[in-house]
Amino acid sequence: MPSIKVLAEREERGVRFTGGHTLCAGCAEPMVVRTVLNAIPDPVVVASPTGCLEVATSRFPGTAWNVPWIHVAFENAAAVISGVEAAYKVLRKKGLLDKRVRFVVFAGDGGTYDIGLQALSGALERGHDFLYVCLNNEAYMNTGVQRSSATPKCAAATTAPVGEAIPGKPQERKDLTEIVAAHGIPYVAQAAVSHLIDLANKVERAMNYEGPKFINVLTTCPLGWRTPRDSAIQQAKQAVETRYWPLYEVIEGRYKINYKPKEHVPVEEWLKTQGRFRHLFRDPQGKELIAQIQAEVDRRWELLLKKEQCFGVGG
Amino acid sequence: MAGLKGWRELPLGGVVAGGTARDLNKTGSWRAERPIWHEEKCIQCLQCWLHCPDDSVLIRGGKVTGFDYEHCKGCGVCAAICPKDAIEMVPERGGECARP
Amino acid sequence: MRKAITGHKAVAEAMRQIEPDVVAVYPITPQSEIAEYYADYVHNGLVRTELIPVESEHSALSACIGAAAAGGRVMTATSSQGLALLVEVLYIAAGLRLPIVMALANRALSAPINIHCDHSDAYLARDSGAVQIFAESAQEAYDYTLMAQRIAEDMRVRLPVIVNLDGFTLTHTVQPVDLLEDEVAKKFVGEFKPFAPLLDVEHPVTWGAFAMSDYYFELKRAQEAGMEAVPAVFLEVQRAFAEVSGRRYEGFFEAYKLADAEYALVVLGSTAGTAKVAVDELRARGMKVGLLKPWLWRPFPGPAVAEALAHLKAVAVLDRAFSFGTMGALYEDVASALYPLEKRPILVNYIYGLGGRDITVPQLVQALEELPKIRRTEWALRYIGLRE
Repeated sequence: MPSIKVLAEREERGVRFTGGHTLCAGCAEPMVVRTVLNAIPDPVVVASPTGCLEVATSRFPGTAWNVPWIHVAFENAAAVISGVEAAYKVLRKKGLLDKRVRFVVFAGDGGTYDIGLQALSGALERGHDFLYVCLNNEAYMNTGVQRSSATPKCAAATTAPVGEAIPGKPQERKDLTEIVAAHGIPYVAQAAVSHLIDLANKVERAMNYEGPKFINVLTTCPLGWRTPRDSAIQQAKQAVETRYWPLYEVIEGRYKINYKPKEHVPVEEWLKTQGRFRHLFRDPQGKELIAQIQAEVDRRWELLLKKEQCFGVGG
Repeated sequence: MAGLKGWRELPLGGVVAGGTARDLNKTGSWRAERPIWHEEKCIQCLQCWLHCPDDSVLIRGGKVTGFDYEHCKGCGVCAAICPKDAIEMVPERGGECARP
Repeated sequence: MRKAITGHKAVAEAMRQIEPDVVAVYPITPQSEIAEYYADYVHNGLVRTELIPVESEHSALSACIGAAAAGGRVMTATSSQGLALLVEVLYIAAGLRLPIVMALANRALSAPINIHCDHSDAYLARDSGAVQIFAESAQEAYDYTLMAQRIAEDMRVRLPVIVNLDGFTLTHTVQPVDLLEDEVAKKFVGEFKPFAPLLDVEHPVTWGAFAMSDYYFELKRAQEAGMEAVPAVFLEVQRAFAEVSGRRYEGFFEAYKLADAEYALVVLGSTAGTAKVAVDELRARGMKVGLLKPWLWRPFPGPAVAEALAHLKAVAVLDRAFSFGTMGALYEDVASALYPLEKRPILVNYIYGLGGRDITVPQLVQALEELPKIRRTEWALRYIGLRE
């Protein structure tokens, strides 16, 4: 298991993702990117779709990527990495490459849950050997906090504003992790930026499997969530503690919940610290809406517990 | 746009060599607050290094040695995560600190 | 080696001989046969290619871009709506200067949905930055697929190249085709030389960087330099091909009985075959007519076209697609090529053959016979084979 010391040693040997990018101060995305890259000792090629990470790390002629990296468009990162991986397989067969190379996608929730879902599903079904990391910050942050299918119910987004008639996003968030798991790929997990060593461990476990691997990482956006810029870790941690974002794995179809909060912390505790949910604590219908959000969190948690019970590692 | 290259000098397809942002973008100029490291309180848990969004916690031999103020944006994540209050955020004063 | 095969089989055979590292392709009528033939080669171990059976054309070209940037030689093929879906990434392939060769089995764009030939798909990609070549026959489709690979991969060019072949008319009809021996074809195409490949992990590079107003313009100007290099490379490759095949393609277009002609047609693709018969008929009756059939459409060889047409009295340019709201795209190319000349022929623009509508010898004979009656160049579309 890669300890923090091991990760640090690897970064001292060679920085894979440098400073000098123009992501917001306090952005959680680089924490995930650096941890994932440091958790893979082999050479890595990375693809990213359009998004905050891409725009802020690759402004010509500068780039924060000190590993081979490619961006093509918004909806196709999984297809692009399919091509890179296919070329690798042929060139290895032809004896033109000897090194073991690993393939990673870093994509936002827009490029994964929404516009990139078809390309992702195709690449998963075809069985390419790559790790797809979704930096899920729960909205289209790069274009100005528009709602995505990952945006939680009631959250304010610029295309789902809190209005007199409709209080933020009316729909529940999509459960993409389960949709990916339904592809029957060898490794699927949820992680959070507040638990980076857990993430590093998951990456290491994932890389033991040949084929597609997927990790959905809750990645705080202080700007879009309207929280203080030093709050990324605390925010994600509270999402885990309230069971809003369970840390779990589906390894070869077997469920394992990595962390079960001992106490039942109401989701309200997480919601009330974020500007995007402020209206729930101001408007009269807020109480009822919070109850609905809690009911959905509970429903998903219970379902996950049942899945672990029925299809657990020991089961 | 003085100092920028003409079209004949640009690489094929706009492909650029990796890891150049650090030299080109000194994001330390964004900083309104700067982190100060109190070495005597530090237990070298490396949490600040792990969570720094700007790769601006300097380490050598697995130990924190200070900050890269050329790139640190002053977000304060390091101070928030530090279990021993060994990092203090202080306001930047004047241009000489903000642009090291 | 002469074989009676379809245009699709001819293209697939060229692809087998090229043996790209990666082929990513998605089925669509009428292109599907190329995908099927190639899958057959892969599944029977005739090629070492990685075939990526993608879930859409968008992903087909996206995977090709990834594979090409990784350092592989890649090919794909599509038609119509498939081209429309992938055109976003075609612009990107050109901007990234990736030498991807793509067969385009020309088919009409929706709506209404239709599966037969016209050139609306090729026209959609007109400004994409891809080089575009048109084939008249299965033989030309085969030959230009081999040549396209060399044009695309030339370091002066490094651009995607589309080889257009008319849907069904060429793709599904059996014609005699002379194929090169495999070794000769492979030697002609040569070894692929990757540029800044992603898989060179010792030298990490960033592909697809974000360029703001400080660099975007210069990067696009540098891309145009790739297009500017095409004409010279095109002629070089034609000469090299003649040496190995004995088939001489000399120039950017075929000038059929044009040198002493007074009137002529300009037309892309398989209709040129029909036009040649019309030209021969009228020549037999004493009318001095000819034909100009571009092989190279993008970049458009304007000065050469102007030189070839300058001496004519009148020219009919035939477009197999609307460019809605203005004159046909090929017409506009020819008109702007001729504009610098002091003395230039009268021009007329016909739209014809949409959605697979037949184009016949008598129709083309009539179009040529009407040319002497036209007094001046008009800003108006004419039609062939359209019911009023």
